Amino acid sequence: MTKGKKAVVYIVLTIVSLISVFPLYWMVSAATNKSIDVMRGKLLPGGELMNNVHSLFAQCNVGTAMTNSFKYALILTVLSLVICSLAGYGFEIYHDRGKDAVMSVILLAMMVPFAATMIPLYQAFSKIGLLNCTAGFILPTLSTPFLIMMFRQSARSFPHDIIEAARMDGLNELQIFFRMFIPTMKSTYAAAMTITFMNAWNNYLWPKVIMTDKTSITMPMLVANLKEGYVTDYGVLMLAVLLCTIPTAIVFFVLQKSFAEGITGAVK
Amino acid sequence: MTLSRKQNLSGWAFLAPATLLIVLTSFYPMFRALILSFQRGKGNALTWGGLYNYTRMFKDAIFLQSVKNCFFYLIIQVPIMLVLALILASLLNNKDLKLKGLFRTAIFLPCATSLVSYATIFRSLFAVDGLVNVLLVKFGILESGYNFLNHELSAKIVIILALIWRWTGYNMVFYLSGLQNIEYSVYEAAKIDGASPWQSFWKITVPLLKPTILLTAIMSTNGTLQLFDESVNLTSGGPANATITMSHYIYNTSFKYVSNFGYAAAMSFFILILVAILAFVQMKVGDKRD
Repeated sequence: MTKGKKAVVYIVLTIVSLISVFPLYWMVSAATNKSIDVMRGKLLPGGELMNNVHSLFAQCNVGTAMTNSFKYALILTVLSLVICSLAGYGFEIYHDRGKDAVMSVILLAMMVPFAATMIPLYQAFSKIGLLNCTAGFILPTLSTPFLIMMFRQSARSFPHDIIEAARMDGLNELQIFFRMFIPTMKSTYAAAMTITFMNAWNNYLWPKVIMTDKTSITMPMLVANLKEGYVTDYGVLMLAVLLCTIPTAIVFFVLQKSFAEGITGAVK
Repeated sequence: MTLSRKQNLSGWAFLAPATLLIVLTSFYPMFRALILSFQRGKGNALTWGGLYNYTRMFKDAIFLQSVKNCFFYLIIQVPIMLVLALILASLLNNKDLKLKGLFRTAIFLPCATSLVSYATIFRSLFAVDGLVNVLLVKFGILESGYNFLNHELSAKIVIILALIWRWTGYNMVFYLSGLQNIEYSVYEAAKIDGASPWQSFWKITVPLLKPTILLTAIMSTNGTLQLFDESVNLTSGGPANATITMSHYIYNTSFKYVSNFGYAAAMSFFILILVAILAFVQMKVGDKRD
């Protein structure tokens, strides 16, 4: 590359990066300013963070929403990883014609839009009393074709010799999975964890449908409700948005590398 | 029981919970929705209605508007986003580039926000008293704030901009991982043969990334047809339903006013058929060997 071309590449990437980061920077900065200053176009962080915090906590129950969001997301992530990785491992390691056929049918479920299952799920869940509870939140996304596919793909690189050796040593099939597969596939688990936690945390439509009770509200619902207000206090609103974003941002930064790796594995 | 039979059975036991859950939470509800779509009535008092819901759908101006809106987003936003993601990925794939990690993280960062969060951020940025207007007035481009979210076309454009902002980095990561599977020496050989970067982009990158491009195209199409959060939280579907999406209208029909589950189910089946057709078409097109 010539120097001129290289400069163009750097300029393009810098501009795109700035555009990507700017709305998030603005969110953080607005959360520390008075609404009136935000409306005047103030871009630098101010000293109003604590006032906004007081105002937000006085307006709505942030504690409940945070606790709920964490509870739902963590339980969903743990259970989902166990169930989907067991399946992915099962489909790959013990594969035969029958299991391959089942896998193809499962992949079809990826095509089913949520709108098409939402109403019957709501009807069934309200009949058996699963509204406003963790089980109701997690069940529809507990088992996802994408995760199963991801784990099946990574099981492909799990050497069969190890399984044979472990069987010789007297480990049963479940022990092999827990003691050999899980520790070797750390990066796949990390990627799956990132994706599942983020999806669970960010889920909005389904909780909006089944979390009818004030005490089962989640963070995205809290943000959405807040913007319904007649007068928008940008400082307070952006603080809520910020609080809703921090957990996924942390997960994102901690696991960014493994996320990219996991995707590579899944797409190959 | 023989050893291999025992192992075969443990295989089935391993995949049983996940498979059962998918049948119960995906296929069975889909089947129920199909039945429901032939029923009429409000709430839980339902009677057989034949094709009533389906014929009603094609006379419902709001529903037709929501279909039109989704296709507008699909046709404009998805190609722009995927091309942009592909260009950024090939720029970032350059071996001599410094600060690669920083650029990648920055461009991927919008994915760390939830859909509700970013919809709220964009709603605030483009509000009449929002930052975009403040800046436009400050620089003398506008005399007073323009109500972006209150005009049909500009509201749609804001949604498209927001979607591009949120998802370009996400697709770029897929392309970057795809590019890592292409040997760098292929590019070097092409360069020695006198190929320009533009030529190697079209002759090497695009053909070799075809499976990944197909995957992202199907995912984006699927996502666009199911848009919900943006319509609800960025524009509230307005002005005058100019930005409402199919999922948003289905939600309104089933949960916001008097619930009409049968009608909503018929509309949801319409999305299902659209998703299936478009995925099929894309696979056919993507499969062609040239």
